[in-house]
Amino acid sequence: MAAVALPLQANIMGPPPADPQLVAPEPEHCPGPSSDLAGKGDACAGCPNQQICATAPKGPDPDLPLINARMSTIAHKLLIISGKGGVGKSTFTSMLAHAFAQSPSTQVGVCDIDICGPSIPRMMGALGESIHSSSSGWSPVYVADNLGVMSIQFMLPGKDDAIIWRGPKKNGLIKQFLKDVEWGVLDWLLVDTPPGTSDEHLSVCGYLKGTGVDGAVVVTTPQEVALLDVRKEIDFCRKAGIEVLGVVENMSGFVCPNCEGESQIFHATTGGARALCKEMNIPFLGAVPLDPRIGVACDYGESFFDAYPESPACEGLMGIIGKLREGMGLPPLESEGVEEEEEEEEE
Amino acid sequence: MLETIPHVILVLSGKGGVGKSSVTVQLALSLVRAGKRVGVLDVDLTGPNIPRMFNVEDEKIRQAPGGWVPVRVGEREEGQEDTRIQLMSLGFLLKDRGDSVVWRGPKKTAMVRQFVTDVLWEDVEYLLIDTPPGTSDEHISLAEQLRNVNPDGAVIVTTPQAISTADVRKELNFCKKVGINVLGVVENMSGFVCPHCSECTNVFSSGGGLVMANEFGVEFLGKVPIDPAFNMMIESQGSWEGKGGLVQRYGDSQLCGVFKGITERLVVKVSPPEKGRDEKALSDVSGLN
Repeated sequence: MAAVALPLQANIMGPPPADPQLVAPEPEHCPGPSSDLAGKGDACAGCPNQQICATAPKGPDPDLPLINARMSTIAHKLLIISGKGGVGKSTFTSMLAHAFAQSPSTQVGVCDIDICGPSIPRMMGALGESIHSSSSGWSPVYVADNLGVMSIQFMLPGKDDAIIWRGPKKNGLIKQFLKDVEWGVLDWLLVDTPPGTSDEHLSVCGYLKGTGVDGAVVVTTPQEVALLDVRKEIDFCRKAGIEVLGVVENMSGFVCPNCEGESQIFHATTGGARALCKEMNIPFLGAVPLDPRIGVACDYGESFFDAYPESPACEGLMGIIGKLREGMGLPPLESEGVEEEEEEEEE
Repeated sequence: MLETIPHVILVLSGKGGVGKSSVTVQLALSLVRAGKRVGVLDVDLTGPNIPRMFNVEDEKIRQAPGGWVPVRVGEREEGQEDTRIQLMSLGFLLKDRGDSVVWRGPKKTAMVRQFVTDVLWEDVEYLLIDTPPGTSDEHISLAEQLRNVNPDGAVIVTTPQAISTADVRKELNFCKKVGINVLGVVENMSGFVCPHCSECTNVFSSGGGLVMANEFGVEFLGKVPIDPAFNMMIESQGSWEGKGGLVQRYGDSQLCGVFKGITERLVVKVSPPEKGRDEKALSDVSGLN
């Protein structure tokens, strides 16, 4: 199958495909141009779009069955979320992906839905790659034989280009990532998200709802300013009906490379993630200490796992993965291949 | 409403968690220490941190004829002018601090508009606007709303590592596209001094902000080291007894000196000697014609 470079750049600059073409921005209390109430809600009175919305096709999104079909070959889907930015969502996602992909029989996919600040390509060492498309869809960029990545960064003409998009365009692209990307048969799909509780989160939860998401892993740092936003994210998950599989505390403690003295860079003045988990009654998966080499490995796109297997951060991460698998009812990492085969037979 | 405020400064970053809010807070404290009257507007709608950082999480916004009254922090001395910092944040409108605000774009846009037009800032000289990460709804709306206000420009915050500057470069391009003047770049979390051996470790590497500023031809305002003591100071505000609020206490922080320099550079930049002001006035007049 010959891969043809598709004019994706033109594609991403266009309007989102599914929503009706609006002639004016949506009003404040817009029920959503593709919702059942479109054109009929109180907020629609006087809106220049009213006629367009009222006559647009209604009912469930016609693309949902397509998304379901794409996702049906993926065994486990995980969301990596946090209300706070810069806590290490992407770092954790890429480390998790590398850890899972260590077993050659495990197929892993990473979908980066952070549209305005995509970090995954750089961390995975795939900066400068571009996406190819064929008749069956967009192929992800493979950083290893069993590790595929999809991000908007691959579609930008220049690496510093800003994506200045409002919500509906972001939603359109996220839908395409789920509908048009040829993920194939995967054991794991890790979805890396932007900070906050807004369009991207609502969309990805909405699109994946019918496909059976295993749940969300929440990443935080120990200080209360971060936990404050993470509380909101957990509240969002509860509202959206996404199970919280657990909380990971990143950048927890720092060991000075000079004197080996430990200190807290981000003080857990309110008890950190442990106390939060207790308070909100969700599992605490573990803590990853701050290792300056992690940041360097991310900047150069190396797998931290392969480069510094002796780091305490790797140890912390393996503990987290163990707990995560236990919580999901899966056996420890080593026996993965056997278990997956059995599962496929059952299906 | 903002038209009457002489200096409007945005604090932006493409990356989350680099310290936009803590830079905003420290700029505000430094400006107050320099005798200015300061307002802080927090337009991070889904993750408002400003109330926590000033220890006013329980405060609520009051409605007055003509708009919303901002929350004030600091101490007011009897008979003196009211120089307290004025704050506005979505955090003051939430019922519970753990409540999430799950809004799509149009609602966020409406909220930003309301924040820009309906807040009764009283005699503020410097208004600092803290923003969420990214280049999306909040930022586009803010740029649109501020068009008539003629803001001084934006302070861009980054951390030194490439992962962070990569996103911040996008923000610089965003500023260029929407016509927001970039006042300068602050490199935050640049180095950590071990409290045990005083050895400085570049936890998130170092120098990335300076390189980026040079590449884009914008001013580099300064490097700010990681200081856990500042974080502790912010977090322990509730337990302080007696006199001495955050503004006074900040004077003891080692970051105070760092920000003093940054703030001075910024103040010079936004209000150059009299000649510059005349030019601005002239351009305002010519804008009318």
